[in-house]
Order: sequence, then structure tokens, then C-alpha cells
Amino acid sequence: MSFWFWHGMRRGIQSTGYPARAENAPGVSPGRPVNTDFPTVEEARLAEEICPTDAIVAHGRSAYVNNGKCVHCQLCLHSLPSPMNWEAGYEWTKLPANQSECATLPSAFSKSMHIMVVDAGDCGACLHEVKQLNNPLYNMHRLGFFFTATPRTADLLLIVGPVSENMRGPLLKTWEAMPTTRRAMAVGSCAITGGVFGRSFMCAGGAGSVLPVDFEVPGNPPPPLAILHGLLVATGRKSITQTGLVSEGRS
Amino acid sequence: MAADISPVKTGERIGLSDLTAAVGERFGSVLSPMPASHGYVLTLSLAQSSSLPSLCRFLFSDLACQFGGMIAEEQSTHWQLHYAFLLPGSGWIDVLLVLPIETTTVPSIVAEVNAADWHEREVEDLFGIHFEGHPRLGDFILHDQIWREGIAPMRKSFAANSQLKQKLDLEWQPLLIVGDPGSFAMPVGPVYDGGLGESLHFLLETVGEDVIRASPRLFYNYRAVEKIVEGRSVSDVLLLAERFTATSAFAHSLAFCQAVEKIQSVEAPARAAHLRILIGELERLRHHAGAIAAICESTALAVSTAHAAIIEEELLRASCVFSGHRYLFGLNVAGGLSRDFAAEELKALLLSIDKAERDLRILENRLRYSSSFLDRLEDVGAVNVESARYLNLVGPIGRASAQHCDLREACPYSGYEGYVFDIPYETEGDGYARLRVLFAEATQSVKLIHQAIEALQPGAICAPCEGTYPGAALGWAEAPRGAALHWVSLDEKGLVERYHAITPSFSNWHGFHEAAEDFAFQDFPIILATFGLSATECDR
Repeated sequence: MSFWFWHGMRRGIQSTGYPARAENAPGVSPGRPVNTDFPTVEEARLAEEICPTDAIVAHGRSAYVNNGKCVHCQLCLHSLPSPMNWEAGYEWTKLPANQSECATLPSAFSKSMHIMVVDAGDCGACLHEVKQLNNPLYNMHRLGFFFTATPRTADLLLIVGPVSENMRGPLLKTWEAMPTTRRAMAVGSCAITGGVFGRSFMCAGGAGSVLPVDFEVPGNPPPPLAILHGLLVATGRKSITQTGLVSEGRS
Repeated sequence: MAADISPVKTGERIGLSDLTAAVGERFGSVLSPMPASHGYVLTLSLAQSSSLPSLCRFLFSDLACQFGGMIAEEQSTHWQLHYAFLLPGSGWIDVLLVLPIETTTVPSIVAEVNAADWHEREVEDLFGIHFEGHPRLGDFILHDQIWREGIAPMRKSFAANSQLKQKLDLEWQPLLIVGDPGSFAMPVGPVYDGGLGESLHFLLETVGEDVIRASPRLFYNYRAVEKIVEGRSVSDVLLLAERFTATSAFAHSLAFCQAVEKIQSVEAPARAAHLRILIGELERLRHHAGAIAAICESTALAVSTAHAAIIEEELLRASCVFSGHRYLFGLNVAGGLSRDFAAEELKALLLSIDKAERDLRILENRLRYSSSFLDRLEDVGAVNVESARYLNLVGPIGRASAQHCDLREACPYSGYEGYVFDIPYETEGDGYARLRVLFAEATQSVKLIHQAIEALQPGAICAPCEGTYPGAALGWAEAPRGAALHWVSLDEKGLVERYHAITPSFSNWHGFHEAAEDFAFQDFPIILATFGLSATECDR
């Protein structure tokens, strides 16, 4: 059994250098569409039309992206005569539309934040990406972030999924059991706007309609580094980048 | 448990003509012949519902058909109930029951085909049809403590955007099975494991050490996908078909697309068919690496967990480099694939796949000699061959209990009949057998990916879908967790009228209790991990 020790040692440190250094390994992020200026009005209109979730809004020759609605179908990348611009990267965290101030946690939390995750009707992708933060390549423990088994010791509620009616009660109970100071973060376009599931008799259409959300991490699903960026923003160790604000678009 | 399950020996197959003759001989008087259609090879239309249980018993027990699932459809004047049975090697058989719309009661087939249990509970909950003889209806998808009685959301008269007032019944108590003095129920979920587990609830009933009854309560993630897609276009519904369960998104979108292609009599071009196999196997490989990581994690063997998790993450990255999405979204379209891949892209993918296979092999060899790990898996969560057949377990879990059925071979789609591969199976049915099946299937997936790349010829990637409406068809695929069936019905405008997905997690959650019962509490997380089921895939 001692071979496991040597096996682990031989692999060495595999964790990403992020946030100290940018992580550029291929495949860490699918990228996303960003606001694009087209040569003609017609091309911008085509981009608006092809988007199945109304995440792209054309205004003159410009097409604006609402990343909270984007479900990453890639139609605007592969199926347009002139595609939308895509940005690589993963620092996507933004504030909800109804908030102007970034509600970072007090500095006492900056090196020790305990996170409670609630799967509120998620398809499994966002939850899976959240789980990846525990694997050695991301290893969020090194940054002082921990998943906790009980809401009583949690500082941040991380919500994935559009909030199904059957999960509304358990989600609220978890939120109410958390001590103040607490923050809520919606991860993924479903948790932000309801995504493809929208609003129906079984779906609240996003965490924001159930409880006050402080941070949003767009993506379908957001890659692990985007979620990590969200955690860093929540503790005040990263600021919301300019791109994140610009690409919120006009709608 | 049913003793007289199968006079047909495992591995021995009967043909479609034998089956038709045998059924005709016994049920000729109550059956009206119907031409093969909708993706089925044979439709047995029953004139009266009273013969339904005996016909289903004959197909399942005497002719060794697999039970696929049940599909209910509300038409303007009548109900259509399809009971899908698979005759391995031949195709799907549809037992069709057409009933006037006023019908409120249908005989239950649970006594004959136990696997129909949850299907009937679902139809009762969502359509309001009562199944006579079913031992336990109600409190299934619409949880009793928050939903009032009398709601039937899948009925056409119900609007998907209606605002229903929920009740909150604080007095509500779940039904307990063990009533002995001193027994108690330990609730787990819906938020458990630090929220990292998918939302579901277990009632573990016990008198002390061992779990005597394990009742999973699911559908916390029910988003009514099948209701909200009604009246939407095929391309819009495709978004939901691949997003209701992301960890097997490609397999489910493939089953959906194949159903639409059948309705429109379109065949995906050869290049698209081979690429679909390639991407489907890539998804299976990634899923199995993740499932293996979860099993290692449940036994708290940290280094192996890290090793497996890295393999999974590297495959996610390879998928992203290859397709532009870590979970392979946006590739399938009705008629083929949304984009083609260049030779260099395939070559780069192959390098990652081969590396993943080597790493999996190292992991397997190390785990095989880790006695503390094996002690936690061996003889734990065992499902014997008879129970697996009785519960109709599918996918790798079924194959760990000698249920050979794999749709890639039993009912090939997308050109799998031209591929050479094994279907690994084990007979022990315990946690270790399930782990071995996962490793062996991953190896087969790599083999299939190599064959797919060799078979690729230049050509079109997508056939135009401008076919005929209205129509309905069944599409299927062997998802990483087992058989996935998608029933799609289009109206005269080409919009989706009814969509129903039968998922492997739905089939296997129903049989999960068999593995969890009579084992100690501390084994429960391990049994859960070796089953590797998804709640959201079941819930839809």
C-alpha cells in the first residue's frame, strides 16, 4: 500500500498557478461570445436572430451579449456567415442587475471562507464544475476556501440550477440556517436567469427570484476557474473585471 | 422474489418471427395487427386492457424481452399507452393500448413487470390515470407536502406557465415500511454531502447497525422539461434535451435527434454517424473516469481519487479543445452534426484519449493491489443476477450483474453494427464488479474511438431535415449510465407535441434499494458511489 505515497509524490505539484499567474492550459475554458461590432446592420440582426435564448441584442451595427442568458450553444460562432467575437478567459463574475455595489465579505473571511452548495434543479454540469475545484488541478483549499457540510458554519451559499419548485423549500431553509454575515452566489446561467428552463409552474427562473443574490458567475456551465474567480471576488481578493461589466450588454 | 423469470437461457436469442408467432398463438384473439412504425419493429395493439398484464408477462418472463419503459400520450379523443419491450438482436416492440379519453383506470403490470413500477407512478402523478393493483401510488414527482391533490400537469388542459399555489403541510410524514418497535428512519438529503451531492432524499430505516429499508425520494430537480417543450420547435427542444442532464448530454441529444430523423425519414450522413460514435464514446470514457473517481473518493483513498479526478479533468479539457465545450453541448443537430472536424483536431484528441487510457490502466493496476480499498467494495452492495433481471437494471450496473443488454449491440444505432467491440460483464454484482465493468468499458470506448477515426471518410456532415409532419418516433442510445429512450411526437406544423425521455438513472434508481438494503450504514456512501446514478437525469 505504500506505493500510493510514492505514486502521489512522483506526480509532483499539479495545481494551477491561478490567481497568482494566469492559467492558459488549453481547454480550461470554452470562452464566450462578447459584444461585437459588425460592418453592416444586417449581420448584427442575423446574430440576434440566431440566438435561441435572446442573449444577443442587436443595436445598429453592434450586437450586445447578455451573458446571464447565454447557454453556450455556439450557434453564433459556427452558424453565422460572420461570427460573433469570442473571448478566451474565465474572469466572468458580475453583479446582479439590481446591484451596483460589490458586496464583498469582510476581510476576516479573505483567507477562510466556508461554502455551502445547493443543487436547486441543476443539470449536473455546474455542480460537476464546482466539484472540480476540489481536485488537485484547482485545489481551492490552498486559497482558504472549503466546502462545509452544514449551513450553520457556511459563509457563502453557492446556488446552481434554476430553482425547481421542489427545491425552493430546502434552498430557503439552507439560506435561513446560515449565520450572518452571509453571501449568496448564483453559478451558471440557469441560476441567474433560469436559462433554458425559464420560468414555469415548476421553475422559479433563477435564484434571484427566491433570495437576494450578491454575485453571479455566468456560463453554461462556467468552468472551474470562473467559479474560483467568483470566490476570489466574494472575498475581495479579485475585482470584477472591466470585460465582465461591458459584456453585460444592453438588455 | 419472482422465481420463474426466464425459461430462455441468457445468451440465447429468439427471432422476431418466432416471437410474432408465439404471441399470435396465445393472444391472437385480442390483438389487432399493425405495421411496424415509429421506430418499433413490431406493434402489438391490444383491443382490451384486461389482457395487458398477461401479454406483458409473456413478453418479459417467457420470451425474455427487456422492459424499456412506458410512454403515455394524450390525444384529443383517446389515450395512447405504449409499453416498449426490447427483443435483443431484433428491436423494440410496442405494446399499444388505445383507450377512450374518459378512461381513468388501467390495470397495473407491476406484478408482472416490476420495472414498470415507477413508470406507472409517474403517469399517475402527471396525467391522473389510476393503475389498478399498483401497491403504492402518489407522492412521487409532485411531493405530497407541497402539492395539492388533483393536479395533473402533463394533461393538455394544464398550462405550463400556470401559477399554482403551493401548500406547505408541516404535518406531512413520509411513509415508513419498517414499523417494528425500536426501529427508526434516518433521513439523508435533499441537501447533503456539503451540497455536493445531487438533490435527493433517502429514508434509511434501521433498528441499529444495518439499513433494512432504503427508500430514495427523488424529483427534487424536476423542472417539467417534458411539459415546457410542448409547442416548441425541434431546435429549441434540442437545447433542453441536451441540458436536462449534462453529464450524458451527448447521448441524450443523440437519442432525441435520432427520433426526429426517423419522423422525417432522414438519415445522418456516414461521416456524421461515425463522428457521433466517436463523441459518444468520448463522453462515456469521461463519465466512467468521473465515476471511478467518485468510487475512490467514497472509500477515502485520497491519492487514487486525485489520480482519477485528474484523468477526468484532462478529458474535459480535451473535449473542450476538440468541440469547444467541456460537456459536448451544441454538437448534435437533427440530421447530423453542427460542425465538422479536421484531421489535426482528431489527431490531437486521439493523443489525449490514449494518455487517459494509459493513466486508467495504471490506476486499475494499483487499485487491484490496494487491499483496504477492495475490502470496502467486495461483497458490498451486491445485486444478484435474478434480482437484476427482475428489476431490469440497465447499463454498467446491470452488466455487473450479468445483464448483457447494451443497445449498441442489442439494437444498434448510428452504425454500431459495423464496429468490433466487447460488452464486458461480470456476474458477482457487487461494488467491485461494478468498478471492473467501468474500467473494462472505458477500454472498449478507446477501441471504438480508434475504429471511428479509421472509418471516417470525407463527406457531408448534416443531411437537410425538411421531411414530413406530423409523426412520432422512438429514438434510443446507450448513454454512459445505460439505455436512454426518447419518444418525440411532432404536430402538423413540425412543433413538438409530446416528448418523453426514459433515462437509465430512472430505471436504476428504482432498483437501488436492492443494493443498499441489508448493508451497514457506513457502506451506504460506497454503494451510492458504485451505482453512480444521477438524480437530475432521472428527474428531467
